[in-house]
Amino acid sequence: MSGHHHHDDHDHDHEGSELSEVALRVRTLESLLTEKGYVDPAALDALVEVYETKIGPRNGARVVARAWTDPAYRDWLRRDATAAIADMGYSGMGGAHMVALENGPGVHNMVVCTLCSCYPWPVLGLPPVWYKSAPYRSRAVIDPRGVLAEFGVTLPPDTAIRVWDSTAEMRYLVIPERPEGTEGWDAERLAGLVTRDSMIGTSLALSPDAAR
Amino acid sequence: MNGAQDLGGMMGFGPVVPEKNEPPFHATWEGRVLAMEVATRNAGVPWNLDMIRSVRESLPPLDYLSMSYYEIWLHSQTELLARHGLVIADEMKAGHALGGQKHAGHVLHADDVWAAVTRPGSYIRDVAEPARFAVGDRVRSLNINPTGHTRLPRYARAKVGTIGRVHGAHVYPDSNAAGRGEDARWCYNVTFAGRELWGADADPTLTVSLDLWEPYLEPA
Repeated sequence: MSGHHHHDDHDHDHEGSELSEVALRVRTLESLLTEKGYVDPAALDALVEVYETKIGPRNGARVVARAWTDPAYRDWLRRDATAAIADMGYSGMGGAHMVALENGPGVHNMVVCTLCSCYPWPVLGLPPVWYKSAPYRSRAVIDPRGVLAEFGVTLPPDTAIRVWDSTAEMRYLVIPERPEGTEGWDAERLAGLVTRDSMIGTSLALSPDAAR
Repeated sequence: MNGAQDLGGMMGFGPVVPEKNEPPFHATWEGRVLAMEVATRNAGVPWNLDMIRSVRESLPPLDYLSMSYYEIWLHSQTELLARHGLVIADEMKAGHALGGQKHAGHVLHADDVWAAVTRPGSYIRDVAEPARFAVGDRVRSLNINPTGHTRLPRYARAKVGTIGRVHGAHVYPDSNAAGRGEDARWCYNVTFAGRELWGADADPTLTVSLDLWEPYLEPA
């Protein structure tokens, strides 16, 4: 699948005047589904708003920061990540069954869906284009270090790389290592170091310096 | 099926190109496609996620690889709506209803959206049969090449791995996509060494773990 979002990048600028062929088809489909009673356009607006403003990687960052500061919570994540994450209020579509993958000294986890685009929506929101693209899906399982290098990450040669291909309805959340120099930080402050990519496993959590 | 969706291990697509501060949608229509997908499934359309994936995978490879993500979603929506007579091709051409079915049942309203997207779901079902494998068992994946939907990628066929987790009996996509019912089967996380998958030149530190259903596996 194409990594580009070609020929439609700018329909915001042309709304109503110069819609692309695909944008016109979508508009036609929405109008038909509305006319026939399958969808309520106000519900479509609400769905877009949910994924633009409410469900995104800040959710996952809060899970990670709590795991870093609360050993009992970390144990719960290991035993039953679905329940532990639901306890933070995150559940539902695209995340029915959750597994937490802990990075540690000498162990790095990385998540992919080679067959489609499976991704833990309740904690990370919708996946970025690169995650759904052919370059990532093809190479994550055979050349993860090469992929990591494209994200600017080089791991020691003896670090074990564990790649998880999301082939079922289990969804994986990487718990990156807590950065050094964060002793005494509370969960809210720590959450600011947890990037989306660090929870996919294509990056590490930010260092306190980088976050400044 | 051995379609273009089964990308693991292919080469030549170039580097991964992350986009800084990427928005959830790159155009208004992308958000509408996602929203229509969720809304129609909440209106009780007669298809499931596995059928949707199967339709996407059935695109000719050249089309699949050149379409954007939400173009593929739009394709599966219009295809399934037409196949089931809900929105027929003539209606898409005309832009108004011409006799395809109308809906009289439940429709998702804005007030119900938050509950619909956050409601916990489960793909686990009760089954009578006990699990055939336990954590630590060595298993070999089968060499199968089904023409229908499957979640056993080509790169992980006929390989020996170790059961790492027993997930429970999950809805079986190969059956559910074909309209043969959920037919829940035991699902396992299976870990393969990189060298088992890719040969002696593979990164010796690499393991790849996949979630695989019992019918894909035999004792090794």
